Amino acid sequence: MARVVVEVMLKPEILDPQGQAIVGAAHRLGFPHVGAVRQGKRFEIELDGEPDEARLAEIRRMAETLLANPVIEDFELRFD
Amino acid sequence: MTARVGVVTFPGSLDDRDTARAVRLAGSEPVALWHGDPDLHGVDAVVLPGGFSYGDYLRGGAIARFAPIMDELVPAARAGLPVLGICNGFQVLCESHLLPGALTRNAGLHFVCRPQTLRVESEDTYWTGDYAAGQEIVLPIKHGEGRYVADPVTVAGLEADGRVVLRYVGNPNGSAGDIAAVANEAGNVVGLMPHPEHATDPITGPSTDGLPFFTSILSRLVAA
Repeated sequence: MARVVVEVMLKPEILDPQGQAIVGAAHRLGFPHVGAVRQGKRFEIELDGEPDEARLAEIRRMAETLLANPVIEDFELRFD
Repeated sequence: MTARVGVVTFPGSLDDRDTARAVRLAGSEPVALWHGDPDLHGVDAVVLPGGFSYGDYLRGGAIARFAPIMDELVPAARAGLPVLGICNGFQVLCESHLLPGALTRNAGLHFVCRPQTLRVESEDTYWTGDYAAGQEIVLPIKHGEGRYVADPVTVAGLEADGRVVLRYVGNPNGSAGDIAAVANEAGNVVGLMPHPEHATDPITGPSTDGLPFFTSILSRLVAA
């Protein structure tokens, strides 16, 4: 079965306090070379039927209406 | 004469009962509306209450936006139906694009739960007519994702058009411009992170400063 992966990230200009907290924890734990962290979301979507352009377009519409909020987030989409 | 004010319950709404009580204390008749029922039952105004609709899965308000009742509410709000979104309700209004911007994780990562001083910036909305611009009020805040963000052009537009309704006095969450509440262009749709419904009775709230949200809409509807 074909699988589409959608990755959602906060836009670069949007503050990511979770990423900042991870940097703080990394330094405390002895990983001093961690400069910056941005946290995102990964969705793995199993497709029914053939992985064609039409189905990819359908998942793209879902990504921009449901999975990501285009006001604050960007997304990338690819066949896995 | 009174008004019928609908209060929507989503799975995970917490403050629907307090909101209905605030509506009643202000002199209107609360009408319980259900997320799965695509019918506004002829109400004169709607409040989307606070809570964690659908467990805040995906993003706050992201799934509630697609609830059956929203299919009726969104066009009605665009046509002028007064709608107030409180906390999670504000998130739903932003996700529905009835209001610009979005609510994101608090800058300090902490869930903040305390009485908060706010300044009323606009009395020119359907929900704030009984306040005076410049008035300072105290309402409870309780949220982990209340940092208001929008692109700089949008924020500048809100400021220029007088659509910033409330501003934090002492920013608790990193919101752009200390913004705690915004209105749509017509002023019938307002979203705010603080909880006016928890500040309507001195026995249970830090003040009664929230009551004017609910008396304002009654005055507006009765005068109409």
